[in-house]
Amino acid sequence: MESLIGLLVAAPLLGAAVLLCGGRRLDRTGHWLGTGLAFTSFVLGLVLFADMLGKDGEERALHSHLFTWIPVEGFQADAAFQLDQLSMTFVLLITGVGSLIHVYSVGYMEHDERRRRFFGYLNLFLAAMLLLVLADNFLLLYVGWEGVGLASYLLIGFWQHKPSAATAAKKAFIVNRVGDVGLSIAIMLMFVTFGTFAFEPVMNSVGETGEGKLTAIGLMLLLAACGKSAQVPLQSWLGDAMEGPTPVSALIHAATMVTAGVYLIVRSGAIFDAAPDAQLVVTIVGAVTLLFGAIVGCAKDDIKKALAGSTMSQIGYMILAAGLGPIGYAFAIMHLVTHGFFKAGLFLGAGSVMHGMNDEVDMRKYGGLRKYMPVTFVTFGLGYLAIIGFPGLSGFFSKDLIIEAAFAKGGTQGWILGGAALLGAALTAYYMTRVMLMTFFGEKRWEADAKGDMPHPHESPKTMTIPMIVLAIGSVGAGAFFDIGERFVHWLEPVTGFEHGHLPDGLSVPMVTGATVACMVLGVAAAWLQYGRRPVPAAAPRGSLLTRAARRDLLQDDFNHVALVKPGEYLTRGLVYLDHKLVDGIVNGTAAAFGGLSARMRRVQNGYARSYAVSMFGGAVVLIAATLLMRAV
Amino acid sequence: MADSSFPLLTLTAAVPAVGAIATAAVPAAKRELAKRLALGVSLVTLVLAAVIAVRYDPNGDRFQLTESRSWIADFGVRYELGVDGIAVVLVALTALLIPFVILAGWHDADPTGKQSSRWRPTQGFFALILAVEAMVIVSFLATDIFLFYIFFEAMLIPMYFLIGGFGDKAHEHGEEEAARQRSYAAVKFLLYNLAGGLIMLAAVIGLFVVTNDQLGAGTFSLQEILQARADGDLEISTNTERLLFLGFFFAFAVKAPLWPLHTWLPNAMGESTAPVAVLITAVVDKVGTFAMLRFCLGLFPEASDWATPVVLVLALVSILYGALLAIGQRDMKRLIAYASISHFGFIVLGIFAMTSQGHAGATLYMVNHGISTAALMLVAGFLISRRGSRLIADYGGVQKVAPVLAGTFLIGGLATLSLPGLAPFVSEFLVLVGTFSRYPAIGIIATVGIVLAAIYVLVLYQRTMTGPVAEKVAKLPDLRAREMLVVAPLIALLIGLGVYPKPLTEIVNPAVEHTMSDVQKSDPEPDVNPVEAAHE
Amino acid sequence: MNPVNYLYLAALLFTIGAAGVLIRRNAIVVFMCIELMLNACNLALITFSRMHGNLDGQIVAFFTMVVAAAEVVVGLAIIVSFYRSRHSASVDDAALMKL
Repeated sequence: MESLIGLLVAAPLLGAAVLLCGGRRLDRTGHWLGTGLAFTSFVLGLVLFADMLGKDGEERALHSHLFTWIPVEGFQADAAFQLDQLSMTFVLLITGVGSLIHVYSVGYMEHDERRRRFFGYLNLFLAAMLLLVLADNFLLLYVGWEGVGLASYLLIGFWQHKPSAATAAKKAFIVNRVGDVGLSIAIMLMFVTFGTFAFEPVMNSVGETGEGKLTAIGLMLLLAACGKSAQVPLQSWLGDAMEGPTPVSALIHAATMVTAGVYLIVRSGAIFDAAPDAQLVVTIVGAVTLLFGAIVGCAKDDIKKALAGSTMSQIGYMILAAGLGPIGYAFAIMHLVTHGFFKAGLFLGAGSVMHGMNDEVDMRKYGGLRKYMPVTFVTFGLGYLAIIGFPGLSGFFSKDLIIEAAFAKGGTQGWILGGAALLGAALTAYYMTRVMLMTFFGEKRWEADAKGDMPHPHESPKTMTIPMIVLAIGSVGAGAFFDIGERFVHWLEPVTGFEHGHLPDGLSVPMVTGATVACMVLGVAAAWLQYGRRPVPAAAPRGSLLTRAARRDLLQDDFNHVALVKPGEYLTRGLVYLDHKLVDGIVNGTAAAFGGLSARMRRVQNGYARSYAVSMFGGAVVLIAATLLMRAV
Repeated sequence: MADSSFPLLTLTAAVPAVGAIATAAVPAAKRELAKRLALGVSLVTLVLAAVIAVRYDPNGDRFQLTESRSWIADFGVRYELGVDGIAVVLVALTALLIPFVILAGWHDADPTGKQSSRWRPTQGFFALILAVEAMVIVSFLATDIFLFYIFFEAMLIPMYFLIGGFGDKAHEHGEEEAARQRSYAAVKFLLYNLAGGLIMLAAVIGLFVVTNDQLGAGTFSLQEILQARADGDLEISTNTERLLFLGFFFAFAVKAPLWPLHTWLPNAMGESTAPVAVLITAVVDKVGTFAMLRFCLGLFPEASDWATPVVLVLALVSILYGALLAIGQRDMKRLIAYASISHFGFIVLGIFAMTSQGHAGATLYMVNHGISTAALMLVAGFLISRRGSRLIADYGGVQKVAPVLAGTFLIGGLATLSLPGLAPFVSEFLVLVGTFSRYPAIGIIATVGIVLAAIYVLVLYQRTMTGPVAEKVAKLPDLRAREMLVVAPLIALLIGLGVYPKPLTEIVNPAVEHTMSDVQKSDPEPDVNPVEAAHE
Repeated sequence: MNPVNYLYLAALLFTIGAAGVLIRRNAIVVFMCIELMLNACNLALITFSRMHGNLDGQIVAFFTMVVAAAEVVVGLAIIVSFYRSRHSASVDDAALMKL
């Protein structure tokens, strides 16, 4: 069984290598090769899963040591895999959703001449993401971590001829690099503290060291998670990342890669459990981001950017849950999985809509599409109901559990976090209803595209609708399946640990659930009043100050521009000037000084033999005088 | 150990030297023969270097395959060669890169038709490259300080002619200005390095005087001096040691180059052709960092310790300053040059962090930086030779017309920014960890360098390769077979050494241990010993 | 007679010669002054030879005479050819050796 773990990663990696190096002759078949290898990985994952189910909870983890990667005195990095329940969950999510999105992309990218390369990148992403979740130490995790960053960079910038796509890709990579600094420093701190950075020994010896160091490690890990999972303050790249093809947004920027930060925090749970200060910061980051993303999502007219805001917000929930410790880890992962289903489904639906609407993304130019795209409408609608937490659907279970756990943190903190989570639920319902109404209901507001073609909305081909249907089924059923009998919690418990949270006095579970549902209803109603009852204006109204700020992503880019980009530009320009004028100036100045001195000195050489004779004579006199003086002394 | 009867090391250095003379002697009409001869010679050298690497026994003596002959007996100068693990990998790197340099520069020195038929630039170009190779190899092999010094200085001569005599065919400021800037760059390179070398010469003589006073007979032999220091026969007074250290270090810091002695590098790399730029930064400059590790730390451990704070700060400044200036460049070759300055900062940081990880990382860094910069610079050179401009602004959308070129450029760039999975990551992380474990603050600040690296690489890629296709780029051909032959093996090496660096680390580790014992340092212990913790 | 007096004479002659070389412009006179300096040296050498009681100084003096003779040949030839081309024997007219 252990050897299968390596194959799990190797299959898509092989696909990436073949597709990227294979050249034009693979143009016709390459996408099926890529899809096939993704499915191979998924099947391998299922085989391992079946094997795992056959064992007892504590003995389920598999280890596979491939080779010693970097052996240096006192420093041992291994290429070794670890497959436990947490990794298994991710493996199934990644390969499952990944395979579906491969199938979808076959249809979506049909007319793109670089489709082979697109599948190569997708396979590269799968391999890197699997490496990330299967690594048994932080350094190997780092390889996967940057690998998914690279795949994300390549895929966001897939349509490189568009400057906006190239810029967005670069931005995503650089912002992620800031997070990587955090991961690097965390690994170095672990090495200095524990002498190793493999998961097991580090987690086992957490108790041997002081809280200060653990807090530092925790905060650095959080920085890394913020970069990858688009959490405040490193959130600015996710909205721009929507420049990539929609399947990429679905797979990488909704279902899998952006949740890597949650994985990192849950994986390092032992460190955070021993560092309450770091945990508190994690919950704050989660709460702030869940509101931030939701507010941004409410104002965007670009359907993908609205969904991106939503993704940010939902990951905020997960981070919040992960920051709550053992009472939240399992719920964070559970929400991650259900979110993987419904958000991937929503993005695929959005892609399907764009496919039918000449790649238009502005929802103000949609409207009334439910008749023209029935399958998309139904699957998108189920995803919508799941994300707003409609009772019985998967988002209801997973989000409700997180809100309960937030209240269960206790004290003022619990009330604030729980309140934020409730507010987030209302906002979620609002912006998702807005998306739903603007896209599928109301009047047709279609406009001709740049070439003058009016859109002719039509249902997408089967390769695209089938993945949407499968994901819709997941969005509907996954929550109930996981929650009934606390199945999911028991599955993860051996890895993440679990404690039942206790709600503060005066609160009970039905009350919280009721409040959540009430918030949802309020959000839906507000959106209906604004976008359902009245026709949607084709041009965006000016809006309040908050709306305008939210449209600009709450001024995050403006802030970065003023605080970082501009000073950076001045700094580099200043340094270039200084390097030329000062550092090189000293060098050239020295050269010029010697040159000038020589020009003066050469005047001594006037050509008159008698003046040379004088200098010789003078020299001789000086020498003799010096000799005599030395003798006298 | 290995039988000293067969002078393998001498042969390795002699092959390119003789090859240089033979190449230079090829008649003017037979240009292609000269190229093939040079390539053949460089490949033979590569085979010999591989033989050295195989014959070297990581568990054996510190210096192996040694050769020792009397040379200038009156001054104790000997012809002494020998390799330790660090020298083995650097000789291998040199021998590995030269064939690629030659292949990449295949047409760089073709006569332009204006010169008379007796003018033989092609022969000269390839002969000079082989001459540099021979001299660099001797510098890596020499265990006699005077012998090292001679070749350390002598390599300036062929380099001077390579920089001053051969430039890019097209120049955005016209031919005359190009010639003027080339000669400025060549003279700057020469004067800078000569100044460093002269100060080192004073220190070399000073060392001779010290050994002459204390050991009875003056010596330049590294092994003898190390032995004498270990036995306590040689006690250099603190001030003398510091002065001697500074003399050596100055020369190496110029060569490496370390801020603020770096300004010759952007000029030299910018004005010379891409293969020569690779020769400068990937091969010749490595002698500087290698010599810091071998001579500064080996001969003057206490003084090295004394100078560490200053050197670390200079290295840190180099890292950040080089990266920031790279971001601000408009000329892609100068950008790569400043990136190299940043990388040399990392190497020096690793050396003076005085930890096993730092030293192993610095050594690997030398190798990996050589390969990654070669890949990036050579592809940039291919691009420049197509479009006839070094200015980043003259490009755009190359990805659309030449996807393979763009892809290889990206991989070279990703290696430069130390993407995990590629070789430079291993070395950079080792350097950072090694630094962090002794000097956390410096380690953290240096880590910021990885963000800056991402900025300069990706901005370069974005401006040249993506976006709408620029006017004069539209008809650029993609990489040709010869160019693929240059780039593909380098990329394969970057990936191979990134995934499996063990063969290198195995050779390097024992040498690192020796160096650590020279400087009498041991690695900082972790707070918690996981093995013990597990037993409790 | 005290041999030191010869040394005084030699020093006097040498100084007169040196002053002549530095002050006079006429190449022939400068030349003669050089000869005077050489001969002053010869006198000093021979005096030393006498004082130390060995022949080293005299041998060197002979060498000096031979060299001086050779120098006269070359020097006069230069002066004559210079005079032919410039119609002057002034050393200051030959100031072309500057950068």
